[in-house]
Amino acid sequence: MDMSAYPLELPEGDRPMVRFMNVTKSYGTLTVLDDLDLDVAEGEMVTVIGPSGSGKTTVLRMLMTLETINGGVIYVDGKPLTHMERDGRLVPANERYLREMRASIGMCFQHFNLFPHMTALQNCMEGPVQVLRLPKAEARDRAEELLSMVGMIEKKDQHPSRLSGGQQQRVAIARALAMRPKVMLFDEVTSALDPEVIGEVTTVIRKLVAEHNLTMLMVTHQMGFARDISDRVCFFYSGKIEEQGPPDQLFGNPQRERTRQFLSAVKDAG
Amino acid sequence: MPIWEFLATYGWRFLGGAVVTAEQFILAALVAITVALLAGLGKLSGNWLIRGTAVVYIEIFRGTSLLVQLYWIFFVLPLFGINLDKFTAGFLSVGLNIGAYGAELVRGAIRSVPKGQWEAAYALSMSPTKRMRRIILPQALAIMLPSWGNLLIELLKGTALVSLISVADLMFEAKQINASTFLSAEAFGTALVVYYILARFLVTPFMRGLERAMARRLGRT
Ligand SMILES: Nc1ncnc2c1ncn2[C@@H]1O[C@H](COP(=O)(O)OP(=O)(O)OP(=O)(O)O)[C@@H](O)[C@H]1O
Ligand SMILES: [Mg+2]
Repeated sequence: MDMSAYPLELPEGDRPMVRFMNVTKSYGTLTVLDDLDLDVAEGEMVTVIGPSGSGKTTVLRMLMTLETINGGVIYVDGKPLTHMERDGRLVPANERYLREMRASIGMCFQHFNLFPHMTALQNCMEGPVQVLRLPKAEARDRAEELLSMVGMIEKKDQHPSRLSGGQQQRVAIARALAMRPKVMLFDEVTSALDPEVIGEVTTVIRKLVAEHNLTMLMVTHQMGFARDISDRVCFFYSGKIEEQGPPDQLFGNPQRERTRQFLSAVKDAG
Repeated sequence: MPIWEFLATYGWRFLGGAVVTAEQFILAALVAITVALLAGLGKLSGNWLIRGTAVVYIEIFRGTSLLVQLYWIFFVLPLFGINLDKFTAGFLSVGLNIGAYGAELVRGAIRSVPKGQWEAAYALSMSPTKRMRRIILPQALAIMLPSWGNLLIELLKGTALVSLISVADLMFEAKQINASTFLSAEAFGTALVVYYILARFLVTPFMRGLERAMARRLGRT
């Protein structure tokens, strides 16, 4: 692959928090993402919508480096995510570099994935203590502050098995935030929840949007929520961005036929 | 001879044998747990040399009989300049043999920790070692503990074979007493009961206790 077309670092003045540059992902012969270009500005909340299998989760997982990429380069805060410089060229990054880059990205999963053998507080302290090497007292203060923010401080000494889905997801958000990531990723964080507790998780995300200057990428099936809180909505179709724009425009006046079809289909379903 | 008289006469020898059996059991269990952990992790390693070593160990010790392994370690290794006393050769053989089965338990348990746990640890930017030690192994331990209960009972029974290289364990004493008194039913009957008591009233309750403690740690009580 010719890497010379990709800068070693994004220049000052053209440094979105996240940039996908010609990113391609395939599983065998199946191309899941095709030559994807996507920028997310610092502090921006971008929502990804689209039909099942269109590659939404894959976009987030590549950014979390849970999936390798087959072509192109992803930049986070101007630095290549899975490549590093050697002799003036970009080469695949080593484990150490990857780990450092990964620490600037936080992810929340559909099924929470809290550590079952740790309490809510311990879950939130694990990364800061073990990875960032924060002193325990400091990590505890930080974790307690975040647990208060997500409304889970009363349950801080409970294990996940004692918490409802909505409560677990809020702890998971606090756990990711405790790493002080530059970018937060949310992959259908309300899909596994009972309808009556979805609100407690969306409230937390709204609060993040309102009170923090975090860069966020969110995949969701809740169109109303996406319309409310996003700065921009991207409609994915078959591994490509079919249409993107401000939520009012994309939901109120979609330009592409496929977007219209998708939106009316989800409206009928919901 | 009535049984109480038999016990009064030979009880102390059975007791001595039982103590040696217990020692063999504990040391063999430590060997088994250690090598099971190493080989179980080794079999999942990305390094082919480590993985190969683990596979060869597991295959050899699972694929051949414990008795033959015991004889090899005690009678054949000296030919290569490795001399072990019979006590060490005894628990080492039993431990290595059971450890090979334990390795499969370790590997299976690690593999059955949900993928989401690996990914969550990875997303926190944990190093592979930290992830294994802090996130995966504690959960794998809870998964494999019940099977280890069974395996340790097997290990206890396996220690009886060390009598064949003259380690003075419970079985050895039973055989000696049988040879000098011809009271087979009493001699082997007592051994049977003592083995049963060790298994049923020491090993099993201990493992149950561990399982309960583990469940508490997972907040599942
Ligand atoms: N590990 C994998 N191996 C093979 N194919 C995969 C793998 N992971 C994802 N895919 C395929 O990649 C495509 C995109 O998957 P992805 O999970 O990104 O879709 P999605 O938009 O998140 O869908 P959903 O709304 O159902 O979550 C799908 O066709 C999926 O089958
Ligand atoms: Mg998905």
